[in-house]
Amino acid sequence: MTTAASPFHSSTKAAAMTVRASITATTLALAALIAAAPATVAQELPPLRVAFPEDADAMDPTIGRAYVQRVAMLNMCDSLFTYNARMEIVPRLALSYEWADPQTLVVKLRPNVSFHDGTPVDAASVKYSIERHATYPGSARRGDVSSVAAVEVVDPLTVRFRLKTPDVVFLSQLGVRAGVLVSPKAAEAAGKDFPLNPVCAGPYRWVERVAQDRIVIERVANYWDAANYHFSRITFRPIADSTVRLANLRAGSVDVNMNVPPVDADNVRKDARLKLHTFDGLGYSGITVNMGRGTSTPGPFGTDPRVRQAFDLAIDREALVNVVFAGVHAPNAYPVPPTSPFFDATLPQPKRDVARARALLAAAGVRTPFTLQLTVINSAEQIQVAEVLQSMAAEAGFDIKLNTMEFVSSLDAADKGNFTGYMVGWTGRPDVDGNLRDLLYTGGGTNYVGYKNVAFDALLDQARSTGDMAARMVGYRKIYSLLREDLPIIYLYSPRWSFGMAAKVEGFEPVADGMLRLNGVKFAR
Amino acid sequence: MRGHLGGRIAQVFPTLLLVSIMVFCLQQLMPGDPALVLAGEERDPEVLEQIRRELKLDQPLVMQYLYWITNVLQGDLGFSWRIRQPVTELVATKLPVTLQLAGMAFVIAVCIGVPMGVLSAVKKNTFWDYLANGIGLAGLSTPNFWLGIMLILLVSVHLGWLPPSGYVPLSEDWRQSLATTIMPAFVLGNAISAVLMRHTRSAMLTALQQDYVRTARAKGLPEWLVVTKHALRNALVPVVTLGALELGTLLSGAVLTEQVFSIPGFGKMIVDAVFNRDYPVVQGVVLVTATVYVLLNLLADVLYVMINPRLRGA
Repeated sequence: MTTAASPFHSSTKAAAMTVRASITATTLALAALIAAAPATVAQELPPLRVAFPEDADAMDPTIGRAYVQRVAMLNMCDSLFTYNARMEIVPRLALSYEWADPQTLVVKLRPNVSFHDGTPVDAASVKYSIERHATYPGSARRGDVSSVAAVEVVDPLTVRFRLKTPDVVFLSQLGVRAGVLVSPKAAEAAGKDFPLNPVCAGPYRWVERVAQDRIVIERVANYWDAANYHFSRITFRPIADSTVRLANLRAGSVDVNMNVPPVDADNVRKDARLKLHTFDGLGYSGITVNMGRGTSTPGPFGTDPRVRQAFDLAIDREALVNVVFAGVHAPNAYPVPPTSPFFDATLPQPKRDVARARALLAAAGVRTPFTLQLTVINSAEQIQVAEVLQSMAAEAGFDIKLNTMEFVSSLDAADKGNFTGYMVGWTGRPDVDGNLRDLLYTGGGTNYVGYKNVAFDALLDQARSTGDMAARMVGYRKIYSLLREDLPIIYLYSPRWSFGMAAKVEGFEPVADGMLRLNGVKFAR
Repeated sequence: MRGHLGGRIAQVFPTLLLVSIMVFCLQQLMPGDPALVLAGEERDPEVLEQIRRELKLDQPLVMQYLYWITNVLQGDLGFSWRIRQPVTELVATKLPVTLQLAGMAFVIAVCIGVPMGVLSAVKKNTFWDYLANGIGLAGLSTPNFWLGIMLILLVSVHLGWLPPSGYVPLSEDWRQSLATTIMPAFVLGNAISAVLMRHTRSAMLTALQQDYVRTARAKGLPEWLVVTKHALRNALVPVVTLGALELGTLLSGAVLTEQVFSIPGFGKMIVDAVFNRDYPVVQGVVLVTATVYVLLNLLADVLYVMINPRLRGA
């Protein structure tokens, strides 16, 4: 009965324990080796270092607004759809989609995909993420998903979006931040601290962030498309000064410079160790006219279209772009860039006509020189643009006074209607609706113009109610003509992206949204 | 001495309270609504209201200040509106960076400025004096950002000796840490070294004419001992005070230097915070900087007493 005291039994037990311990240790070691195997593969891959022009804001797809934040998150947080080089929407976490009717979008999800915390990407997580975008306090995506009436889980891999009104633009929103899914489990657990450790589903996972210094993400070895990702880690570094950013690229301290100013473009082109990717963006730069924002009383520039047309005719857009931007940006009098599928090449680009501009000013009955206050953001480039405009418009009878201020102050002035003309840009959206609605639709959040045009609103609503591109373009052609008549925003040029890269970086495919998509990108051997 | 130091310590708290009120009020004068910045490009009025409510921007100023200062007294500086990280955490990460940079810059400034000032005074009206003065003048008149960019282009891009920007913490790799900070520290210390040089020269010239120096020489002491032990020690008293004041200049000068070299310290953080109207970060950084500045001046008072034995009995 005292077997426990038996030396034999005891030694057997000890031996058994030792064997068990060895087996356990071996199993653990093997498991560790297996677990470490992908990491080892990942370590063999080189890291990539990317220089940003500024630091990112909150690393949360629901509240993040900065462009660089989106770049950093894109390779970490997949969205349901994305864009290809032709700016066509293509599935990512989604497998396919179908418009059941103009107000119902059905999306099938890619099977066997997990978030970085191991929880599955399923219809419930889509519902959670879209509802989070819609209801999270201070969400920047609320407008993007405002047309959603309900998100329904059809089965674990099928989700149905019921929209309040026919809205084909909604699909394009699912290709940007509004379509990004977050792990419901992680988001619920972290609450407000989610940006400190975001958990999504993407080729890279979160490692760390040191504010103003770096954001680091690392490759996920079991990602469904891992074979297309060739860097072990990505480090994003904010370097505000463009000269220093370029010096870092030239010194080999970074591999990608996300913003090469036009003045430096030639230096990059001439350097055999570097290469420059210049490509169209989605946005525009122009002069927003105060036509009655808030309680402000606009002068003739805001009330009389002839004065604005005179100003428009006084501008030589091509010369402007050549002088200030070394010809890098595209002169353009329309709200979409020339390579956009929504651009209409048959519409004329206005030519400078000083005589007609003078005649229009005379017809408007304003005293010349007509004094025009132009609010300008105090960056060297913007001031240079304004000075060129000042000199061009002077010949037509305008006396432009520049009111320079830093960006946030200028926003405040615009919001309160304290401006006559405000030189500001728009980063652009994949669908043209995003370049027009918020900015010019009656009551739009960013409608600093104070533009109220029933015909414009109706055309814009009609154009987003059909998926037929030809039918949409009929509407947008009318909108463009209307905008050229009214000139609530005097479009000047379409900015182009300029990415500087080390010559060894190959496989990069530029997309007009200015993202750094890393699938297929690698270092040359 | 105890009374003197006690008085100085007692001044610290009202000074910091005043700073907290001033920084809070002054930033309200900055044009621009933080909610507009936070809302990004698409400014949904309802979201703007939500943001204002969440950040208590809809409350009267006095209430906003009271909320903030109550939390500060409990060691909570709030959270960054832009990047959603606790300010205390940001300060804890950034302060050592700027202190390291400022400390290295100060050492560089002292190592260049003081010997040059001594040399200039001892070799008055000779080639060495003119050379030291010329270098000092050049140091004073060279803008930090220009010198920084020129050094990056020369040392990093052309010669490839040092990394052009970035920062590695001392605890991670001290060699890399020195490699990333030596150039910005030199740039930052450059102007201060010129100021120190001119003050050391002036103080040394006065000291060298004093009776005790003549007596030392009459005793037959070697000249180097007269200069270092008798003249320099006395000349250093005003230089130490100036050095402490210049530490404040170093902290503010770090703003520009950190921008140029992309050093993630206080300077870079406050520039970003001001441009983005990230009030809690601005308030936190200014308050901590003021505290450091006040404490450094207190330290200077202590050093002053240590160097000048006559003050010990005061």
